[in-house]
Amino acid sequence: MIHLADITRIFQMGDQSVYALNKVRLNIAVGEYVSIMGPSGSGKSTLLNIIGLLDQPDKGCYELDGKNVTDLTKDEQAQTRRDKIGFVFQSFHLIPRLTAAENIEIPLILSEIPPDERKSRVVEALHAFDLQSRAQHRPAELSGGQRQRVAIARATILRPKAILADEPTGNLDHSIGAEVMMLLEALCQTGTTLIVVTHDRELSARAKRHIGMRDGKIVTDTS
Amino acid sequence: MNTIDTLQFAFRALTAHRLRTFLTASGIAIGIAAVILLTSIGEGVQQFVVSEFTQFGTNIINITPGKITTHGGSLGAIGSSRLLTIEDAMALKRSRYAQYINTSVMGNAEIRAQGRSRRVTVYGQSPDFPNVFNMSVSTGQFLPADDPRNPRAYAVLGAKVRTELFGNTNPLGEILQVGESRFRVIGVMAAKGQVLGFDLDDTVYIPTTRALEVFNREGLMEINVAYRPEAPVQAVTDDLHRILVARHGREDFTLTPQQQMLNTLTTVLNVLKFAVAALGGISLLVGAVGMVTLMHIAVSERIAEIGLLTAMGATRTRIRILFLMESTVLSTLGGLGGLAIGSSIAWLLKVLVSGLPVSTPWDYVLGALALSVLIGLVAGVVPAMRAANLDPVTALQTE
Ligand SMILES: Nc1ncnc2c1ncn2[C@@H]1O[C@H](COP(=O)(O)OP(=O)(O)O)[C@@H](O)[C@H]1O
Ligand SMILES: [Mg+2]
Repeated sequence: MIHLADITRIFQMGDQSVYALNKVRLNIAVGEYVSIMGPSGSGKSTLLNIIGLLDQPDKGCYELDGKNVTDLTKDEQAQTRRDKIGFVFQSFHLIPRLTAAENIEIPLILSEIPPDERKSRVVEALHAFDLQSRAQHRPAELSGGQRQRVAIARATILRPKAILADEPTGNLDHSIGAEVMMLLEALCQTGTTLIVVTHDRELSARAKRHIGMRDGKIVTDTS
Repeated sequence: MNTIDTLQFAFRALTAHRLRTFLTASGIAIGIAAVILLTSIGEGVQQFVVSEFTQFGTNIINITPGKITTHGGSLGAIGSSRLLTIEDAMALKRSRYAQYINTSVMGNAEIRAQGRSRRVTVYGQSPDFPNVFNMSVSTGQFLPADDPRNPRAYAVLGAKVRTELFGNTNPLGEILQVGESRFRVIGVMAAKGQVLGFDLDDTVYIPTTRALEVFNREGLMEINVAYRPEAPVQAVTDDLHRILVARHGREDFTLTPQQQMLNTLTTVLNVLKFAVAALGGISLLVGAVGMVTLMHIAVSERIAEIGLLTAMGATRTRIRILFLMESTVLSTLGGLGGLAIGSSIAWLLKVLVSGLPVSTPWDYVLGALALSVLIGLVAGVVPAMRAANLDPVTALQTE
């Protein structure tokens, strides 16, 4: 599903070139559960951003879902993100003025799904993530675990092919983090590809495939 | 994302900061209110002045003695030019364009009747005077069509003079003394009120030739020619000019078409109106600057949100439209508020201050609304571009 060939991403820091990714080769199949670990600055986030088409490689070739997406226009990238990718962030990124239900609804609005269908799908998602009682609450009135559940509900409401989670439990207690991981894993079991960047060895161990990064390179890849 | 959703999104963003949204919209509202109010007053004053001016008819050409030269001096004032006479007026009457002719002399004189006296403006006019100036007689008749060189000594009273001198008694047939001469009253004019500062009711009308005698004058002050409305002004002017030059041997008089004065007046009033509207426009500009500031703040505050929307598949165009919609909704709300405030004050002014003509033209209302939408778009352009061009990765790292 994801084929990265010699992906290189260079950041220019003054007169220094930082290789955030250095000739990364990676193939991930549909429905895989992959964890990525590595020290800070090793390029994990950059890798995820490139897979999610938020960032573009300086060199290399990227094929997503059987299609070469290396040279898409910005609009095509946006459309691909919308239809195929769900992002989950460490800091949740909920829109503070909107209720939980409204936050979950955003991708449906962006996809111009008719209001009736939107409502029923939001209700469904609220139910699936046990958020019914929190539907009309704003993010500030929710606990960290609830916020991340809203964020996951939002990331998955369009049933993306892949979920990219960058340290999704980084701001959560260990036990709450484990609960959130279980929700993500449940999605993976229905055939969604799941890629999780984490610092937590214990959580990482639950994945089927473990990738280790260092200095912009993949140094270990074990299943 | 359809328009309704976009609008709703913009509304939610605006209502999330009620106070600052209200304050910024007020800036626009005050500007629009100022523009509406000032143009309403300007428009009203223009309509008022023009109607005051045109109530005597617009198809009139005034002829005065003396030629106004380009360097300003009037030859008539020096006295080297020939006077305008009753005979000139009789010749002008034969122009094929002339419909009515009036010869005019005016001055102040002591009048006496029934043992009472009063100092009033006395006009020497022709029998056609009411026709030329759309004036009407309320009692009796106006001066009869006598030989203009030797008219009978009749007088017609202004409405005020009639009540001042005769009270409720019938003035018709009574004797009125003007200066040293005696006149018989044959009519009373309909009340006209003040026009541009002149009390047209505190007057007495007598035949021109008699007035020349009363004031001991040789020449007329003015000849007024009413022409058929369908006749071209230029042709009429040329014809009158030809007739007078033939009589005087040279151009020692000035022809002023009322239409030309009206045009000049309208131009002046338009400039005034525009200046006044521009004054309101300045406060609108201040409001617009406030809006640009607010939109920049809004973008800065919501960088992470913009990153998120991009990650969820919003295109750059979508982001741009979201912010443009927000600023447009804001300015339109402000504009509607300003319209309500401005036209209410204009209406109040009209009701409370009698005589102050205030009118809010519909095209100005629509124009003001269009203007506020435009301000929203313009104020939103740069912030919206900034939002749309953000790099999503950096945006998402912003807290
Ligand atoms: N926008 C950027 N500008 C400059 N350097 C960057 C930028 N983003 C990332 N980097 C650099 O790229 C390297 C990899 O960063 P990142 O992918 O965020 O690492 P990780 O997520 O593993 O901590 C780091 O050295 C970082 O400093
Ligand atoms: Mg990182």
